[in-house]
Amino acid sequence: MSKGLPETRTDTAMSELVPEPRPKPAVPMKPVSINSNLLGYIGIDTIIEQMRKKTMKTGFDFNIMVVGQSGLGKSTLVNTLFKSQVSRKASSWNREEKIPKTVEIKAIGHVIEEGGVKMKLTVIDTPGFGDQINNENCWEPIEKYINEQYEKFLKEEVNIARKKRIPDTRVHCCLYFISPTGHSLRPLDLEFMKHLSKVVNIIPVIAKADTMTLEEKSEFKQRVRKELEVNGIEFYPQKEFDEDLEDKTENDKIRQESMPFAVVGSDKEYQVNGKRVLGRKTPWGIIEVENLNHCEFALLRDFVIRTHLQDLKEVTHNIHYETYRAKRLNDNGGLPPGEGLLGTALPPVPATPCPTAE
Amino acid sequence: MDKEYVGFAALPNQLHRKSVKKGFDFTLMVAGESGLGKSTLINSLFLTNLYEDRQMPEASARLTQTLTIERRGVEIEEGGVKVKLTLVDTPGFGDSVDCSDCWLPVVHFIEEQFEQYLRDESGLNRKNIQDSRVHCCLYFVSPFGRGLRPLDVAFLRAVHEKVNIIPVIGKADALMPKETQALKQKIRDQLKEEEINIYQFPECDSDEDEDFKRQDAEMKESIPFAVVGSCEVVKDGGSRPVRGRRYTWGTVEVENPQHCDFLNLRRMLVQTHLQDLKEVTHDLLYEGYRARCLQSLARPGARDRASRSKLSRQSATEIPLPMLPLAETEKLIREKDEELRRMQEMLEKMQAQMQQSRAQDEESDAL
Repeated sequence: MSKGLPETRTDTAMSELVPEPRPKPAVPMKPVSINSNLLGYIGIDTIIEQMRKKTMKTGFDFNIMVVGQSGLGKSTLVNTLFKSQVSRKASSWNREEKIPKTVEIKAIGHVIEEGGVKMKLTVIDTPGFGDQINNENCWEPIEKYINEQYEKFLKEEVNIARKKRIPDTRVHCCLYFISPTGHSLRPLDLEFMKHLSKVVNIIPVIAKADTMTLEEKSEFKQRVRKELEVNGIEFYPQKEFDEDLEDKTENDKIRQESMPFAVVGSDKEYQVNGKRVLGRKTPWGIIEVENLNHCEFALLRDFVIRTHLQDLKEVTHNIHYETYRAKRLNDNGGLPPGEGLLGTALPPVPATPCPTAE
Repeated sequence: MDKEYVGFAALPNQLHRKSVKKGFDFTLMVAGESGLGKSTLINSLFLTNLYEDRQMPEASARLTQTLTIERRGVEIEEGGVKVKLTLVDTPGFGDSVDCSDCWLPVVHFIEEQFEQYLRDESGLNRKNIQDSRVHCCLYFVSPFGRGLRPLDVAFLRAVHEKVNIIPVIGKADALMPKETQALKQKIRDQLKEEEINIYQFPECDSDEDEDFKRQDAEMKESIPFAVVGSCEVVKDGGSRPVRGRRYTWGTVEVENPQHCDFLNLRRMLVQTHLQDLKEVTHDLLYEGYRARCLQSLARPGARDRASRSKLSRQSATEIPLPMLPLAETEKLIREKDEELRRMQEMLEKMQAQMQQSRAQDEESDAL
């Protein structure tokens, strides 16, 4: 019966649409189609330009954390990524830098500007990670720091009188440095990534990749990818957050072929073929950091900065932060205490479904 | 007759011929984190493929792995000289998340070999003692760190009085020349600071020529050796084939002294100091172990037994060697002491009696 209805409806509609010829109206009818070329240019597309102008004025925050054993070139790589001395290298051989007994968290902020756009970049270093004889739970201070930033943001968000722009100290991206052993991941790598891939975007990176030949590199990457998959570790870009097919194909290619990026970092310049390039000079040749035949630094840079910077922030905000927020609301049965907060607490959401619901 | 020429100048040749016939034993231990190129270097040093059948376990398997000691033997013959080389490997070292005390199995292994030798040396059939003592330990330091890590220091302190240590920087092609120098200096400073005794290459004889002395000094200064290993031969169109690693930016040649210290290591370890390593192990490290071991067993009545001469006179089977748990050994020693004391007392009594009877006889004779 329901099948018949639409037909009758169109029949009547059809009959309506075939009116007797009416005199042309003096005022033209409003266009029903979206394509309004016929009537003139509205100018909605300038919204992109408006957004861009605003972003340029306000600038944006980006917080990147680097984790890995000491000596893997973390600070050098970050300096190379952002083409400035944003990370203080502890590697200068003259200084007596002792390995800290516990993992420390050191956040250093810089403002860098390019093409009129200001970026407030914060580099979070984790000296002491993985350097001790006993490294049990050395990821805990890091997890704690990340959650503390979520907590800070949550507190601000929950205020009655909120700041116009909540300062964002949440970690948007965590570069995890894998030692280039050529065999496989180390147990510590697995443990760290298992625990932290659920709270932050992890981008695994093979450090000091100039110690592997092409074959060794590709074999090592394959093995690492397989180990991560077998252990259920979702690194960024996570499969479940691909928004559309376009994203999925692009990210699939990155996930299955390029990552983890095998990188080399350097802050020294050498003359190669008449150009000055960042690189490392050895008796057997000069390794050019930005040469794709030598290492994948350029791929990492494009990935993190030129294509996926905004996405990193969005995934952090929409997914990791929301997960934290939901957990906090569920756990406490209410919002965290803060200044000027509504006195009423939300009714506690039961953590487990009621047995009668079945 | 030529009184001046006795002929023992030929003794070194006789020794040489005998040892060539007997062949050499050498036990080399390699230790260090996995992934530092240890196996590749050993294969490069001895031009063998000792690690062909090796299976590298995955990270998840290594989460609960404990350190194992593996031994591989290979016979190498060159110029009529046979060397029975035993390689001791320590897979699992430094792998776990918690590496506390992971060096204990290694220390235990080294001491076990000393123990075995002590037992054999004190035994009755000493003709064919197998020397399984570890003559040298190549310890691999990571080129990616900033010197010795806490684990390196802990391991070296645990073994430095028990084995000759030669520190080596693995995968040295990760470093630029300045970085290599800085890392070597840092490691040397740390070794001094932590009072770790590594193997001291002996001074060359004063009658060697200046060139040799200079070369020797240069080699000593390049410790720890920064090495690169490879068993692949690379032919860079035009130039002759070399053993090396080919990168897109150039080829590292293993045997090029400008590229790494492989040649130095090979020369010092294999070509010039193999025998010295064995001697230091025997004369210094083993004797130290032996003295410590016997002293700890020494009891007031039996302290003189620790002196070497007495041991050789007494029957070796009486000596309780630390093969048994210490408590039992102590019990045995105490029992033996008791026996000895009783025997001594009896002897004294008998001697006294004999003297008395002799004196009586003399008296009676005199009378």
